[in-house]
Amino acid sequence: MASFLKSAASAGSAAYDSFRRLPGRKFEPAETDQLVLDLQAALTEDRVRNDSAQRALMSHDASVFDGGNAGPVCYPETTDEVVAIMKIAERHDRAVVPRGAGTGLAGGAIPLGDAPVVIAVTKMNRVLEIDEDNGIAWVEPGVINLDLTNHLKPHGYHFAPDPSSQQVCTIGGNVANNSGGPHCLAYGVTNAHIMALEVVSPAGDVLQLGGLDPEPLGLDLRGVFVGSEGTLGVTTKVAVKLTRNRPGVRTLLLSFSSVRDAANTVSGVIAAGVVPAAMEVMDARITEAVENYVHAGYPTDAAAVLLAEVDGLESGVDIDADQIRAIGLANNATDVRLAADDTERALLWKGRKTAFGAIAQIAPDYYLHDTVVPRSALADVLEEVYAIADRNDLLIMNVFHAGDGNLHPLIIFDGRDPGVLDRVHQAGAEIITASLDAGGVLSGEHGIGVEKQKFMSRMFTDDDLDHQNRVRQAFDPVCRANPGKVMPMGHSCADIQQLRAVPRDVWG
Amino acid sequence: MSGDSGSGDSSSATLHSTDPVLREFAELVGETDGVAVAGGRTRWSAGGELDSAARVIQAPSGIVDYVPEEMIVTVRAGTPVAELHAELAAKGQRTGLPERGGTVGGALAVGENDVTVLGRGTVRSALLQVRYVSSEGRIVNGGGPTVKNVTGFDLPRLMVGSLGTLGCLAEVIVRTNPIPTVSQWYLASDADPFASYQAVMAPSAVVYDGTNTLVLLEGHAVDVDQQAGELAATGSFVEVGPPSLPTGHRWSLPPAELKKIATHDTGAFNALVGVGTVWAAKPQPARTLSPEVQAVHDRMKMQFDPTGRLNPGRKPGVNR
Ligand SMILES: Cc1cc2nc3c(=O)[nH]c(=O)nc-3n(C[C@H](O)[C@H](O)[C@H](O)COP(=O)(O)OP(=O)(O)OC[C@H]3O[C@@H](n4cnc5c(N)ncnc54)[C@H](O)[C@@H]3O)c2cc1C
Ligand SMILES: Cc1cc2nc3c(=O)[nH]c(=O)nc-3n(C[C@H](O)[C@H](O)[C@H](O)COP(=O)(O)OP(=O)(O)OC[C@H]3O[C@@H](n4cnc5c(N)ncnc54)[C@H](O)[C@@H]3O)c2cc1C
Repeated sequence: MASFLKSAASAGSAAYDSFRRLPGRKFEPAETDQLVLDLQAALTEDRVRNDSAQRALMSHDASVFDGGNAGPVCYPETTDEVVAIMKIAERHDRAVVPRGAGTGLAGGAIPLGDAPVVIAVTKMNRVLEIDEDNGIAWVEPGVINLDLTNHLKPHGYHFAPDPSSQQVCTIGGNVANNSGGPHCLAYGVTNAHIMALEVVSPAGDVLQLGGLDPEPLGLDLRGVFVGSEGTLGVTTKVAVKLTRNRPGVRTLLLSFSSVRDAANTVSGVIAAGVVPAAMEVMDARITEAVENYVHAGYPTDAAAVLLAEVDGLESGVDIDADQIRAIGLANNATDVRLAADDTERALLWKGRKTAFGAIAQIAPDYYLHDTVVPRSALADVLEEVYAIADRNDLLIMNVFHAGDGNLHPLIIFDGRDPGVLDRVHQAGAEIITASLDAGGVLSGEHGIGVEKQKFMSRMFTDDDLDHQNRVRQAFDPVCRANPGKVMPMGHSCADIQQLRAVPRDVWG
Repeated sequence: MSGDSGSGDSSSATLHSTDPVLREFAELVGETDGVAVAGGRTRWSAGGELDSAARVIQAPSGIVDYVPEEMIVTVRAGTPVAELHAELAAKGQRTGLPERGGTVGGALAVGENDVTVLGRGTVRSALLQVRYVSSEGRIVNGGGPTVKNVTGFDLPRLMVGSLGTLGCLAEVIVRTNPIPTVSQWYLASDADPFASYQAVMAPSAVVYDGTNTLVLLEGHAVDVDQQAGELAATGSFVEVGPPSLPTGHRWSLPPAELKKIATHDTGAFNALVGVGTVWAAKPQPARTLSPEVQAVHDRMKMQFDPTGRLNPGRKPGVNR
């Protein structure tokens, strides 16, 4: 407790709160700003943008939260340039915010505080090397997730984490958020697929974390960096594990007359010791929206559909597929369809992966939630989620990674309705409560960002949070990287404040 | 806490561990003197010599909660891995922890994978939640009970392989996975182990000692048969019983280096193809961290154990 109070004592201004407007600040381009001139000298003039349009754009991400306050936006092309940016930011006592494609849903890339320098790595987008003997590829952080998999395909490999946003999100963003996707059920989330990282620390040091060997010397700082949401430094190079493409794939679409039957099928499959590559559930509302949008052949009269996929060798996948079919039928599946060929399989997946695009037809705004519950609690928590929607007079749809208990309730609303944001906010808090009460966790893949900071103390004690904060302090004693994220208010790096002046030797 | 605990805090009461067993362990760890946790002492010399003044204690043991349908098990750190695995086997499950006579806490603190890592998964990804006692004698919880979880900084990853120098592991939740229907080892003395590794889709182990190649195939019987056929194209493999597990000094090499294993001064060796772990007669030449990465390590130790009382004298990764 004592050590926690120490860090609380440094609390500055209020931490960012969801839906609360930040003090408005105009994006006045300051042409004569020495910071900008220094950055432009280190990069090139055209790769340091300080115009109000660019800064306004970079003040937001894909989340529902109000924008922050971006300072100069830098587009480095090399690690050396990232080092230079970091050192210039330090000289000017300015924070930095790493940024990929800006598809984050927890507000992780929203720049907070005193106009931080945005380090957008989108121009660092080369696949540097495919090293089959070491089972990895070295890639730059701005490489788009799907581009990487397409690049690896001719070699017989893919990058296993496949977020629904994979056509746009970056590997650097995947690393920072420890992102998941439908196929992480069998293969694990991003952390299991990163062998090594090159990171530019907040002090401008280049760190090699992890290694191509199985047990690199020292602490697993690579493992700690993955999922740290841009608060420990900027990734400039990533060694991703190559996953072999499987020769046999079976994709099943099971229909149910209740969401509970679908959820029970999912826990039944896991309990039977089958580990499918993916198990995704969509409820009736979203299935209908998707079907109208892509015509994937989903049944529009089912209360829920389960998209299950198994992969492996040709004969083994038939055994697994048969078992899933049997468990589905035992749980009252009204229809079980096996994708006949690659075309049908691709169509079924297209439906699942464009689910969010389909929503744009229905309402102008949506808020995608992300919690995890024990698989056996799926059915009960889902029931509660629908009740929460009713209580708050909102429309909620569910499309989620059922196999690992990862719920994604999608709240549909029209932001122009007076008072609707308060109800959206309230429903979100209730969903979190329901998930935690069922023994779940705050986030399965979107991270904490600014979205869930204030819920952290629902899951962790002061001592737990104090220890998380120590990790942050060890990498970034002055809270230069992405300040105001992850840790709840009261922990040093959560507070938007002037960077603390710290004696040089703190960096060791 | 500074009053921003979201709306209500119904569940946070359960977070504060009132478990008397853990509290007792926290008291045992204490707050001031040098202390080291002993497990099965099978890797007692890893990380170097323990400071002779340090008090040696034991972590609590026993399985707390096992939910086969969730594929997770809550277990005290002092539980022997063999005891845990016996319990799980009754439900057709196992974990990624090595079965070498050690404890759950020891296996996690050491963080080394065993021969079948490709089939069982790594030790580092087996750990979902950790409760440890800090250098201040406080019970700290990191991670969560679900297989998927991105909720703040990843303390479980920091603890795996930290050799108890950042905290004393008390209780953990570990991921389990199904025991495959068939597990069969194959041996050939004329195979190119790298070709064998490439030939089969998902071997659970390929071990090479310079002459013999040992391959473990696991899964459905039909899959194992098919892969055994593919294996046959790379050498005259015969079915054998489970071999004794390799021992010796532990090396960690990029897997590509194994093709040049002869250029390394290993003495007699067993190399894990596709992984890069080598058990050898001679120790691996000392490895070093760059000064910048060493500095992060030093600051991490300062943050978690400012007085250096946890496992004094030992350093993760040294003396393998
Ligand atoms: C429609 C839609 C569907 C989605 N589906 C999924 C899904 O299925 N699974 C899932 O996990 N997520 C999903 N997401 C969320 C999001 O796409 C992921 O979190 C993604 O990994 C973010 O990548 P990005 O490049 O957009 O990162 P950004 O949004 O730009 O940044 C995200 C975080 O990463 C940090 N960051 C970015 N680059 C770096 C770097 N080089 N070094 C250090 N830190 C960095 C930022 O500071 C920020 O904190 C979805 C989002 C949308 C809009
Ligand atoms: C000949 C031989 C070969 C082996 N080869 C391998 C191998 O290749 N791969 C493999 O994975 N395993 C191997 N092992 C076993 C492996 O060492 C153990 O499974 C395990 O890693 C150590 O467990 P232990 O309980 O014996 O730990 P101990 O030897 O008792 O302790 C090891 C270290 O961990 C610390 N520690 C132990 N428990 C805790 C705790 N609760 N909290 C904090 N710190 C703790 C100790 O202080 C000590 O520094 C081998 C064992 C033998 C005897």
